[in-house]
This record gives sequence, structure tokens and C-alpha cells, in this order.
Amino acid sequence: MPYTKRSDGRKFDELRPMRAEVGIIPNAHGSALFAFGDTVAIAAVYGPKPLHPANKREPDRGIIRCEYSMLPFSVGERARPGPSRRSKEIGMITENALSSVVDLKRFPGTVIDVSILILQADAGTRCAGINAASMALADAGIVMRELVSSVAIGKIDDKIVMDVTKEEEDWEEGEGPTDIPFSITSNKEEIVHLQLDGNIQTKRFGEAVDSAKIACKKISEYQVKALKGEKINENG
Amino acid sequence: MEEKNEKIIEEKINETKNIDKEANSEVKKERKLVVPGEIIVSGDDYLPGDFTRKEEGDVLASRYGLAEIRDRLVRIIPLSGTFEPRRHNTVIGIIEDITYSGWVVDIGGPYTAFLPLNECPRFVNRNNIEEFAGVGDVFNLKIWGVKKGNVDLSLKSRGLGKLQDGRIININSHKVPRVIGKEGSMINMIKDNTGVEITVGQNGRIWLSGDLEGERKAEEAISIIENESFSEGLTEKVEKFLGGKK
Amino acid sequence: MGRYITPKINKKKISEVLREGKRLDGRTPFDLRDIQIETGISNKAEGSARIKIGKTEVIVGVKISTQEPYPDHDDEGTMMVGMEFSPACGLRYESGPPKMDSIEVSRVVDRGIRESGFIDWKKLCIKKGEKVWSLMIDIYCINDDGNVLDASALGVYSALKFAKLPIYDEKNDIISYGKVSKNLVPLTKNEPLSMTFYKIGDNLLFDPTRDEEDAADARLTLAVSQPNKDKIINSMQKGGLKSLSSEDLKKIVKESEKIHEKVFPDIEKKIKKLLK
Repeated sequence: MPYTKRSDGRKFDELRPMRAEVGIIPNAHGSALFAFGDTVAIAAVYGPKPLHPANKREPDRGIIRCEYSMLPFSVGERARPGPSRRSKEIGMITENALSSVVDLKRFPGTVIDVSILILQADAGTRCAGINAASMALADAGIVMRELVSSVAIGKIDDKIVMDVTKEEEDWEEGEGPTDIPFSITSNKEEIVHLQLDGNIQTKRFGEAVDSAKIACKKISEYQVKALKGEKINENG
Repeated sequence: MEEKNEKIIEEKINETKNIDKEANSEVKKERKLVVPGEIIVSGDDYLPGDFTRKEEGDVLASRYGLAEIRDRLVRIIPLSGTFEPRRHNTVIGIIEDITYSGWVVDIGGPYTAFLPLNECPRFVNRNNIEEFAGVGDVFNLKIWGVKKGNVDLSLKSRGLGKLQDGRIININSHKVPRVIGKEGSMINMIKDNTGVEITVGQNGRIWLSGDLEGERKAEEAISIIENESFSEGLTEKVEKFLGGKK
Repeated sequence: MGRYITPKINKKKISEVLREGKRLDGRTPFDLRDIQIETGISNKAEGSARIKIGKTEVIVGVKISTQEPYPDHDDEGTMMVGMEFSPACGLRYESGPPKMDSIEVSRVVDRGIRESGFIDWKKLCIKKGEKVWSLMIDIYCINDDGNVLDASALGVYSALKFAKLPIYDEKNDIISYGKVSKNLVPLTKNEPLSMTFYKIGDNLLFDPTRDEEDAADARLTLAVSQPNKDKIINSMQKGGLKSLSSEDLKKIVKESEKIHEKVFPDIEKKIKKLLK
């Protein structure tokens, strides 16, 4: 059976209702919440501050260190607390995505610690995390060129869709599910994070990129609004 | 104690002359909240100041904060973010560690700060460094140098030294100019109204010493300033909270 | 804003004013800060709660699954409590030794819940000797401004009040996560309230801020419930390097009665409202 309608009734180029808020953790230098539908992420930023041990320091630049974790009760079957290979990988790709826009040369030998926590998971968690982290960095007054927006594009059967849900990730019919998360910068629209697993014809890849750009533009608008003091909650 | 405050206010005035000027300036200035990457203004004659950059005729923000356009100069006034240490800053620091040649001091900000033994007043007993400054002690210090990754501190100046009694509160360092006010007007108003001695470190650490009620009132007044630093009528608001001009 | 070593003068000031029965934020020594309780933090949890005591914030989630019972309690459900200071709360980026151990928090909270008999273990039995419900509770501290212990305990208590058993196909031994049944987790009227008292110098206080906690040398946590007329102490734990006198103990027990009297009805009311 071909994928003609999305399980939650959305259009193929429609994002889930989003939530965005800044300054939610008083102790942090910067913090934010970002949600796509049922996927909720919070991020806290501390720094720049001295990096210990000193031998890990780079002489001419600072580093971003990202820790990504999911609450054990953010998923159906309880996830064991503590780092996993998956969480470490997501931490790394987030570091890379954010490092492209942050001025790391400003404070050499320092570290900006970014901590992402997934409160509730319904696919697109790393994207929600990057969106929250980007806002939290800005909130923390970090010098950065532009913001970063992230979205999970998918190809479910032969349809390119925006903002994949868990249910869609598990769709096995037709061409099966393909997950393509993108992170794109707000001004120059540069791609700072990209992963793919599944299958997509080379001639169709461009559609996924176009879809990602449109989605990220919309997400970016919300991030900006939240930073300017508007609490975004499309859930009413 | 009063001396210390005068000195800090004096230095603050020198550093924030721009802010003083603009209050008296007849030049139109606009301010708006911007995010990184946002185009603040377009036009070839605009010059990119603090935390902004020029890209193809547009001036863009490189930091979250209040963009201000004065004449042709565009800059961003930070509202958040870590303390950025500068030479000649007076800061309030907490002793973090003791080494054979001095002390590691926590002054906030991105770098570790160090107070060497030879930057202390002559009477320090070298055999009992801890007696002069132990972990957890609080000092009013001066930054005499900032090199990559390190801040060098000194106590060799009038008004610097150990802070006894009282307690420390924290605010964001970027709000310090507002807490001090034009030529110290704001901080003096708070001091006069509450009877509390106050020393404001440029790193956002503030030392208060007085009776409990006075300290709490001062703390709250400072909190109002921190949360509404760029609102209209801030001075009046604080005045009202304190219970009228003395 | 990021933490730092609590300055000696702050600790001294806290101790001085406490001697006069005062505190820096204007509270009396046994006054509790404003409490906020929310639920529905994660729709994937069978029960969840977010607690704010002042600026301290803790979120708790309950996940429920099935397992074989322990041989010496073959008709009783099981519970496991874990706690973590989330990196988001900034604790691990501070200098100095950790102020509170997450394992201690989880065990102290566990003890309070378990020993009070709050959970009806026997009603969590599915098939004696073979299958029982297993409650896995995880506490995360998001922001630490003191008294994470009591906030955590309150979080677990609240999350359990909201928790519902998942839909379980007994025949095929399949749990359908994502759909909860209408059955609340079976609880009793032995509802524990955790209260931790701190000693600074020679004086005691309750519900400390971070600075006050840092100024304290000893603490005592007790869980109190009141199923009938009497208030019952179900668990106790002393922490900190310094000692408590027997006078201190007497005073603490007395104050805990007063606090329970004042605070517990307010908590019950808040939770009742959310249960509707």
C-alpha cells in the first residue's frame, strides 16, 4: 500500500506544531526549550569558561562540548540512563553543527558546555536538540554568525516529507522509510549537519534539500520570535 | 570603604563615557533587540561596531542583544553572556586555590585569574600565605593584564583588598553600568536609601554590607535594575521602590 | 549565571543572621519556599511530575514494566529509584567537590517511599511467584537552588499519584506502551512527606537555598506520614560531616510535625486539582 496520507493527517510539507521558549533554566548562562509535536528537548549552555585539563586546550581557539541524553521516561520502553554510543554520536554531530557558526577564536583555551536533554521522544530528537541548543547559545550571549535550524526530512515510501514522526520511521511498506536529518544556518543557508539512512534515488536527493531549506526557514522564524520574548506554543 | 566605591565609580565613568554621552546626545538613536545573523540596517555608509559585521552593504548582528544605531555607527549592547575581562577592570574575586607563588582567583568569565604574591601589599607574610588569603576569602582586585587564557590580578592600588563582613551577590556583568548609573547616581541612590555599603565589581559581583533589612532592600533594587535595564523610566521605578529620593 | 565557591563571608552572614532567627531572603528558619507541582512532563511516562521549590527544579518519571518477583516477596511488586543531577543544572561544571551525591538522594528518597507503605505492593502482583508490576522511577534535577532532596521526594510522591498502569495483555505477556489503562498505581493512605533539616553553626533551618546548603555542616532527612491520628516517622537519614545533638533531634521532630501540618494539606490540594 503506497504512502498517500500521513498518519497524523499532516500535509507532506507540513511541520508538527512547534513550541519554543528561552531562559527556562535559571542557573545556566543560556537555555531554551524546543518541541516538534510530541518531541521535546531542552538545552542549557555554560561558558565560555576555562577548559580542564589544560592539555585538552587548543592554543588558538575554544571548543564546544555537547552532551546529549534522553530521560529514561522519554520513550515507551524505559531507556537506561547514562551515555550510549548513539548519544555520544549525537553529541559530536551537534558540536560540529554549532561550531560552524560560533566564533571560537574569541576565547582560546576555553570550552562552551552545551547540555541537551530529551524530555519526550517522538522522532526528530537530535533536531529538536540542535534547535534548542542554537537558541540557548544565543541566549547565553555567545558570539555567533547566525542561528542554526534543524529538521528531520524523510522519504516515506516514495514521498518526501517534512518532520518525520516515530510512526513514519517505522513504515516498512513500499520503498520503506528513509531518515534524513538536516541542520541549516539561518542566513547563508549552509548545511552544518546531515545524515541519511535508508534509500533515496540520486535524482531525488535535491528535493530533500529543498524541503529542508523551507522547513528550516520556518523553524528559524520561531527561534527568532522566542529569543525576542515571544513564547511560541502552537499547541494552543 | 567609601574610597573604594568612589574609585570604582570614577573608573566606571571613564569606561562608560559613551553611555553618558548618549544620554545627553541630541543625535537620534534607535535601539532594537536583535538575534545573531539578523540584518540591523542596510546601507554603505553604516559602520559595523561592537558585535556586528558588514556583509554586502548590510550590517548584521553577531550576538544576541540590543542593536543601537548612533550617527552611522552600529553596535550591539550585550544583555547576557559571560564577563569579558579587560585591563584596568576592578573586580570582586573569590580565592579558589593557593599555590607557592600566589592564588588562583575565581572572577567569573572565560579565563582563570591569578594573583601573584608580588602583586600584594608588602606586609604579606610569605610563610603563611593562607592567613592573608584562604580559599573562600573575598577580595576587591584589579586586572592588570589579560593574555590568552589568563588574567593577571593585582592588589597594589588604593581601594583594593580583602572584603570583610557583608556578603556577595551576583548579577550579569553587562548590567553593571546600569547599576552604577550616570556618574554613580543610581548606586548612590541605593546606598543613601538603604544605608548599606556597596562595592560593585565590573565582573558583576556586588558586595553589600549593612543591616539585614537594608541589604535585602538593596538586593531587590539591584534585581529590578538587572531585569529591566533598558526599560523606560528605570530610575523612577527604582526611586519609587526605595521610597522616594532622600 | 553559573556557580562559584560560596564565599566565606556569605556563609558567615547566613550563620550570623540565623542566630537571630532570620534568613537572607526574609523567611523564618522553618519556612518553605513557594512550591509548584505539574504533571504530564512526558507522555511516554506512565506517570510524571515537575516540582519547583523556589528556583530548584526537579522532574520525575515513572516507567512501569513487568518482571518476576523476588523469591522472598513472591506476591509483591517492585520499585527502583534512580537520581541524576542533569548536566543542565550546571553542578558538574562547578569547582570543588560535589555537594550532594545522587546515589544518596535516590536511596534516601526510596527509603521514605518504601518504608511508609505508600505503595500497595500486593496489589501490584499479577501472578504470584511469576509476574509482578515493576516501578522504575527516575529523578532528574534541572536547576539546583538548594533542597534537591525534598524536591526529589516530593516529585516521586507526585509522579506516583499521577501514575497509571499500562495496558497489559496477560495471556501473551505484552505491554502496550503508549496507552495507559484507567488504573492508577495502587497506593495507600500512608502518604510520606520528606523534610530535610540543616544545621548551620548551632542553629537549624529548613528548605535551604544553595548558599545556605553550602553553609551547613549537617542535615537530617525524615519522611513523615499520617495515615490516622498520629504522625509517623517512616525513615530517617543523617548526612554531613558534623554532628547533631539530641536537642537538635527533639527540635527537628517537633518542627517536622508543625511543617507537615501546614504544608501537606496544601500539597494534597494541588495534586487533587491536577488529578481532575
